[in-house]
Amino acid sequence: MTTTAGAEATLPYDQAIAAFDPVMGLEVHVELGTATKMFCGCPTEFGAEPNTQVCPVCLGLPGALPVVNETAVESAIRIGLALNCEIAPWCRFARKNYFYPDMPKNFQTSQYDEPIAHDGYLDVELEDGSTYRVEIERAHMEEDTGKSLHVGGSTGRIHGATHSLVDYNRAGIPLIEIVTKPIVGTGERAPEVAKAYVATLRDLLKALEVSDVKMEQGSMRCDVNLSLTPGGSPVFGTRTETKNVNSLRSVERAVRYEVGRHAAILTGGGSVTQETRHWHEDTGITTSGRVKSDAEDYRYFPEPDLVPVAPSPETVEALRATLPEPPAERRKRLQGQWGFSDLEMRDVVNAGLVELVEQTVAAGASPAAARKWWSGEIARRANTEGEDVPSYAQRLGVTPAHVVELEELVTSGRLNDGMARQAWEGVLDGEGTPTTVADARGLEVVRDTGALEAAVDKVIEANPDVAEKVRGGKVQAVGALIGQVMRETRGQADAGQARQLILDRLGAS
Amino acid sequence: MTTDLTRAGAAELADLLRAGETSSREVTRALLDRTSAVDGSVHSYLHVDTEGALATADDVDRRRAAGDQLHPLAGVPIAVKDVMTTRGLPTTCGSRILEGWVPPYDATLVTRLRAAGMPILGKTNMDEFAMGSSTEHSAYGPSRNPWDLGRIPGGSGGGSSSVVASFQAPLAIGTDTGGSIRQPAAVTGTVGTKPTYGGVSRYGLVALASSLDQAGPCSRTVLDAALLHEVIGGHDPMDSTSIDAPVPPVVEAARRADVHGMRIGIVRELTGEGFQAGVQQRFDEAVQHLVDAGAEVVEVSCPSFTYALAAYYLILPSEASSNLAKFDAMRYGLRVAPDGVDAPSAEQVMAATREAGFGPEVKRRIILGTYALSSGYYDAYYGSAQKVRRLIADDFARAFETADVLVSPTAPTTAFPLGDKLDDPMAMYLNDIATIPANLAGIPGMSVPSGLADEDGLPAGFQVLAPAMADERLYAVGAALEARLTAAWGGSILDRAPELTTEVPR
Repeated sequence: MTTTAGAEATLPYDQAIAAFDPVMGLEVHVELGTATKMFCGCPTEFGAEPNTQVCPVCLGLPGALPVVNETAVESAIRIGLALNCEIAPWCRFARKNYFYPDMPKNFQTSQYDEPIAHDGYLDVELEDGSTYRVEIERAHMEEDTGKSLHVGGSTGRIHGATHSLVDYNRAGIPLIEIVTKPIVGTGERAPEVAKAYVATLRDLLKALEVSDVKMEQGSMRCDVNLSLTPGGSPVFGTRTETKNVNSLRSVERAVRYEVGRHAAILTGGGSVTQETRHWHEDTGITTSGRVKSDAEDYRYFPEPDLVPVAPSPETVEALRATLPEPPAERRKRLQGQWGFSDLEMRDVVNAGLVELVEQTVAAGASPAAARKWWSGEIARRANTEGEDVPSYAQRLGVTPAHVVELEELVTSGRLNDGMARQAWEGVLDGEGTPTTVADARGLEVVRDTGALEAAVDKVIEANPDVAEKVRGGKVQAVGALIGQVMRETRGQADAGQARQLILDRLGAS
Repeated sequence: MTTDLTRAGAAELADLLRAGETSSREVTRALLDRTSAVDGSVHSYLHVDTEGALATADDVDRRRAAGDQLHPLAGVPIAVKDVMTTRGLPTTCGSRILEGWVPPYDATLVTRLRAAGMPILGKTNMDEFAMGSSTEHSAYGPSRNPWDLGRIPGGSGGGSSSVVASFQAPLAIGTDTGGSIRQPAAVTGTVGTKPTYGGVSRYGLVALASSLDQAGPCSRTVLDAALLHEVIGGHDPMDSTSIDAPVPPVVEAARRADVHGMRIGIVRELTGEGFQAGVQQRFDEAVQHLVDAGAEVVEVSCPSFTYALAAYYLILPSEASSNLAKFDAMRYGLRVAPDGVDAPSAEQVMAATREAGFGPEVKRRIILGTYALSSGYYDAYYGSAQKVRRLIADDFARAFETADVLVSPTAPTTAFPLGDKLDDPMAMYLNDIATIPANLAGIPGMSVPSGLADEDGLPAGFQVLAPAMADERLYAVGAALEARLTAAWGGSILDRAPELTTEVPR
């Protein structure tokens, strides 16, 4: 038994998957990166003082009217096209009616049965290199709500709060909701598929430059619908909708948790309640939210304050021409150009290093060096800080130019590999460029052959057995002598030069 | 110079001001004095802005003296229906729920009035959120008909019709969702136009039913209505349903008053049975006047009109139920705490406020609309109503193939006594039987006085309808009829209205 408050019984994942097939539906909300809101001219900047980016329209003041943001519609169409969707030649907004204090009009202007994009797919690459095709049901436009802050309670939730504050800065920010068709047949890989889908979608949206897709800031939010069916059954079970799962890792964990929870209920002879669930990042569990009943009726009807959106075929084609290379194809192309193995490429992708490596190669480094330096010490440090490498590097002021310089120091022979690592650490420690670090730390391969020869002679003298073996033709034994020469010179020697000298001395070259 | 400035129309005042024979301050002052004298009994206004109106008047007078280029209507005062937002002036929509709310922004139409230099005298009374045909549903008490203070001035824009009819303002802004400009004009002997849907910006018009609402001019003459129409009409980027085209040439049409060769279509479904005999009689005579002026008469049939009222009372409440959801006490307006609840939730405050803040007619329509949009009923109610709407538009399209304009009596009866239909919503709704089809189809309509009904001596209205964006035809027909009738009567119909006293009745 677990002691986490609110946790319910779960079946071990392997057992759950042996008895049931998971069926998933993923709903992703993406805040578009437009300069202004969906239906008014207010700025969308994140983090402004509460209620400073508002006007009569997004506050829902009596008499105010919405006007559609054209850039948002274009973004929606581009997203639809990138997801291989059909684009509706004519569609309308609809009002979704329900009362909530952070919703200024007490209806959300959304789309209902006429989404701007529908019936597409996204191919998702899994860790083993295989591909899963996630079918897209629809992508539609809507506006975000305000944000409630419940004060005085211990949980930040409304229960127990003494009062609530509402910030309407977010009200009216353009959102695209992307809904998958039921994702079936993944079996035990359901959590991996869910995570890979959201990651792939994130990359795609980033490449489209329509959103900053920062899950931690809420500009990309994921709701996970999940149900289980007994193995082989074509009938879907009762689903739950876990709201606001806001990191890739959480998507995976939430699916895994809900599979185990559903399975425990079902094997215990119970039935799953159709409800929304809250995801708890810290404890990795979900708890019951609001029960979805038939009483929930949003009374959708076409928004009479807006004219239909009717993009011409020419407009759609013009937007199609602006689509960037799909991330998967781009990765394939870059892998070929860089000569990376599948495994090397996957590591670079998973670490989020594609752009950095690309920039570093463009700046003049070799692909191998770019990969090596960005996935080494800096990745270890970024991981400790809980950051990704690109943002960590940016914060530190470490750039592709540093890597280029570092590689040049090695190829020119000034630094050997160990010294280069020290220089790189210095760069990461904020000591300057690789050259200034090398200068300051006195890093330089010893070019003085006199000193090197002395060291070689000393080592040969001290190791007659090994020297004899090398003389006898066992050239591989020279490694032991090189190591000692490096120690003698405190690592300042060039290993290649030392090897050549030893072989010369022993007449084995 | 002894002209009674309160009886002068907008065109006449504009001439006097331009000629320097009077000042805007003088005109404004005279109208405000008239209000002090008579509005105690008429109750056209919910709010009078003496200071603001005089300040605008002084500003215009100063600019005129300085030789500035001014708008033709600069200095001509106007009253605005309390459904339009006015920066710094209370806007209640005749509802308790907005009591004390002062909007931080002007409706586009109000911005245009201000830009033209027209002093805004005040905000006129209306049925709560424009729901009604009598102003009896105003939370602040009804307005009264200057022809008979015991009778209704029409609704919802009874404040705007009576303010013009009682010479408190030469012009007023009304809004028309199912007849709220035209029916009040008809029963008060004044002129009112509902422009083509999208012809005047709705930005700042507190929505009753978004797809039906349209603001327009109220006045005592057809030319005055046209002059105001030109000020407020035209494209507004803040209203995406606003039409991006020039305002139809309404002033020119009103001045020419030419109906030569025009085909006037009498809508069979909107005459005869159900229409008061005196109203029908004045209508028939008006048609004859138009024939005498050179028009041709044709009869047209619009069979789907039978379903117009039913469709209207599904579409309107549906949209209204959603439009009025925003009145929830969270951000502005009334806030009422529920009785006996210690620490009420937001939802409880919303419910208590809406219970206390909305009147019975508003609640009736919110309930109707919520029901009509409910899942399982949507197709049968809202869906069917939209189909009827399409059929009505088709009927109009067919009718306009054989007629240039369509005509009918504006309202079935003259003004009825206050209280007469308050307990019978259906009887109240039937008042709008002839005006509703235009709103459903988005076409423009006008009401002009046709005379006094023999049986009660009260004004009757003559309605003209035209195809979308052919608003100028309304003005041609209206002006032609007005010219012949005033010639026949030897003056304006309002010259025959009784003098108002300052006493409050009963």
